[in-house]
Amino acid sequence: MNAPGEPLLAVDGVSLAFGGVKAITDVSFDIRKGEIRAIIGPNGAGKTSMLNVVNGFYHPQQGRITYKGNTRSRMRPYQAASQGIARTFQNVALFRGMTTLDNIMVGRTLKMHSGLFWQMLRYGPAMREEIEHRRVVEDIIDFLQIESIRKTPVGKLPYGLQKRVELGRALAMEPELLLLDEPMAGMNIEEKEDMCRYILDLNRHFGTTIALIEHDMGVVMDLSDRVVVLEYGHKIADGTPEKIKSDPKVIEAYLGVGH
Amino acid sequence: MAQGSETPRLDTFAKLLCGHARVRPARPAMRHKDLGIWRTWTWSEMAETIRAFAAGLRQLGLERGATIAVIGENRPAMYWTILAAQWLGAIPVPVYADAVADEMAYVLAHADVGFAVVQDQEQVDKLITIQDQIPNLKVVLYDEPRGLRDYDHSRLHEVSAIIEKGRAQLASDPAAAAAIDAEKDRGEADDISIILYTSGTTGRSKGVLFSAGRSIDAARDTVEFDKLTDRDEVLAYLPLAWVGDHYLNYAHAMVAGFCVACPESRETAESDLQEIGPTFYFAPPRIFEALLTRITIRMEDAGALKRRMFNHFIGVARRWGEKILNREKVPLAARLNYALGNLFVYAPLKNVLGFSRIRVAYTAGEAIGPDLFSFYRSLGLNLKQLYGQTEAFLYVTSQPDGQIRAGTVGPATPNVDIRIADDGEVLYRSPGQFVGYYKDDERTVETVTQDGYVKTGDAGFFDSEGHLNIIDRAKDVGKLRSGALFAPKYIENKLKFYPNIKEAVAYGQGQDFVACMLNIDLTAVGNWAERNNIAYASYQELAQRPEVYAMFADHIAEVNRSLATEPRMAAAQVRRFLILHKELDADDGEMTRTQKVRRGFIAERYKPLVDALYNGSDAADISTEVTFEDGRKGILSARVRIADAQVQNLTTLEAAA
Repeated sequence: MNAPGEPLLAVDGVSLAFGGVKAITDVSFDIRKGEIRAIIGPNGAGKTSMLNVVNGFYHPQQGRITYKGNTRSRMRPYQAASQGIARTFQNVALFRGMTTLDNIMVGRTLKMHSGLFWQMLRYGPAMREEIEHRRVVEDIIDFLQIESIRKTPVGKLPYGLQKRVELGRALAMEPELLLLDEPMAGMNIEEKEDMCRYILDLNRHFGTTIALIEHDMGVVMDLSDRVVVLEYGHKIADGTPEKIKSDPKVIEAYLGVGH
Repeated sequence: MAQGSETPRLDTFAKLLCGHARVRPARPAMRHKDLGIWRTWTWSEMAETIRAFAAGLRQLGLERGATIAVIGENRPAMYWTILAAQWLGAIPVPVYADAVADEMAYVLAHADVGFAVVQDQEQVDKLITIQDQIPNLKVVLYDEPRGLRDYDHSRLHEVSAIIEKGRAQLASDPAAAAAIDAEKDRGEADDISIILYTSGTTGRSKGVLFSAGRSIDAARDTVEFDKLTDRDEVLAYLPLAWVGDHYLNYAHAMVAGFCVACPESRETAESDLQEIGPTFYFAPPRIFEALLTRITIRMEDAGALKRRMFNHFIGVARRWGEKILNREKVPLAARLNYALGNLFVYAPLKNVLGFSRIRVAYTAGEAIGPDLFSFYRSLGLNLKQLYGQTEAFLYVTSQPDGQIRAGTVGPATPNVDIRIADDGEVLYRSPGQFVGYYKDDERTVETVTQDGYVKTGDAGFFDSEGHLNIIDRAKDVGKLRSGALFAPKYIENKLKFYPNIKEAVAYGQGQDFVACMLNIDLTAVGNWAERNNIAYASYQELAQRPEVYAMFADHIAEVNRSLATEPRMAAAQVRRFLILHKELDADDGEMTRTQKVRRGFIAERYKPLVDALYNGSDAADISTEVTFEDGRKGILSARVRIADAQVQNLTTLEAAA
């Protein structure tokens, strides 16, 4: 895989609590440029909360996040997006009544520069821009092999395809850091294999840095360069898949331990 | 259009290509939807590309007489490979793109291919896994670069790069350009233009050799027969390695000069069809069936007004549509009514299906239900049947416009001789027939008679109007004890055209009469039972209901009436039948995985029932082992009723036999 690069994003001593519930306690890790980073842990370990912190949806009470050299404690999701962080959701969050094409076009919103006036007229600079965006979107459609559902409302699609469309929308932002929240959940083996292929292609050929949460251990161990393990909001392990597999703490967290 | 004067001299596909580039340079030759946009190549652009591609392939070492595999879906690069290879006098060998690696290895090794042009990474991977079995393979070209960036490129090239290299060479080196043009001119009618491998349902697949001249002659005949011109257009979605695509799309287009459109992907073929609106169309019966099912389901979900309008006008179409299509005399009022129906229902429906511009549509491959067939015809779609096989370069009979009969496949096409052998087997001699099997002279001699006729292996007969009826595979056709012809599949197909009958198995070989076992179609019969307040708790109970037996007896009586109208079939009317208590299932070995009944196996397994059919008893007990979906096995016991069916004038017929 890619040679480990410099850190793209570093999380330092982050704690997050909802009232008295501590979702994340003093967690630190980094994501290096060009790697596939997995975040795993039992249910309720704080994985999704961690992603929400990274893309600015939640604001941690303590700790700092450094992204591309800029340290911050608060950031809005759209700021994260405009700086090149895109994500998909655990429960597919698409515009169900809109077509695949339109859903992915939505991902280009931040890249639209022509004014509202021209866009309403759909003329002049707005038209030229739209054609350019459509070209990017068609490349994504080709990449994800979803030509046949281009004009289908996503609400009518099976779950596995919806996940693919959602990935397409995230890709439309041409992100530097892609956050995937359980990209394979609820998929059959064939769909999982396809999704793995896309993730690897993205990482290898387009150099996209990827952080993913996933429960399928086979997938995690095959895909990722490094794995961070959370349990009850604490980081219990961090390292290469080989190291994680043999870590007694991880085994205990997943399998329990005889007393 | 302009085929009259100069094209007949052109006896290879490369020469035809250059002919079109001269005669109709700006007409579209090929289209392909890529990244959501239809891209078009004109004949002159295509000829220029093929010439460059041929030069590029020659640089790589492709020579006259060498074979080159073509593995992929219907994409321009695949057709271009075929053309560029033919330009050089090399022999393209298309391979089914969905074949698994082992099947592919057999064909590629048998054909001694040194070159392969494939669509994408998937096919490259397959070739890599079987490379030990195909030591001759030296060069692989691919069309889609995706995912192949990190592969070892010492023997791997991208198609577009090779075309570019060829183009550069042609521009800079006049001697090479002259050599390329000379290669094209060296081609002649007797050159082997392609090897098509049969699908191999009966043993190992065979490589069928075709010559350029014969292929072009055959295509010329049918282009004339169906009046195809350079204004026509097809959507190429049939497998490249199947003779149907090579003939109907490729050879026809090369002769008539029309445009071949390649779909964006296999999954989008349906919507691409709607966008292109082809004028010439082929589909196997199951596609027409699937479309009709979809229409029916969508109409059931439509509003009451639309539904009533649809049902009314489909009724009108069923009554008059075919007559209008056949140019028979139809009262003015019916014509007006039909025109109204066309405005409100038929035209919009055909538009949704992508059938608006179709002038000629064909179906073949398996028997098509008469109801299904006439549904499409009644909408004004000129759907016809043809009959043929790979060795014939697709077809030897086809129905002329206006002379359509559902049960037949039409008279012989122009310049085709058909003969029926004494045992009922259909033999033909056609302009496009194959040259021989590749590296298998023994099989060639077995298949072709001394006087040049090809044995089809199918049994059939000509009806009074000279239309061919195909009844079964010749080896499956048997005789009753009286010596009368017994064609089980022919009878079974007639029975299966009833939606209520899911499967039928006919017996009669060496017996006094024909008897059959039937399977109910649970959806159709279940629906019928619901509407008629017939209660049932299980498949088994429903199958044995006397009402169901009565309904099936009517169906069989109708089939018998239709058999009685055909002198050679009349003796094979069904006299006794039973309805099986369980569905025939591939898991129990009763059917093949392609859903064909295994008559012999079933006869053995249900021996008590077969005996009862012939010993006159009115019921029989049977217990059979069944395999459940989860793999468990159980015993299913039942008492199955046996009923008599109504037959037509058997006495006179028996006397005749």
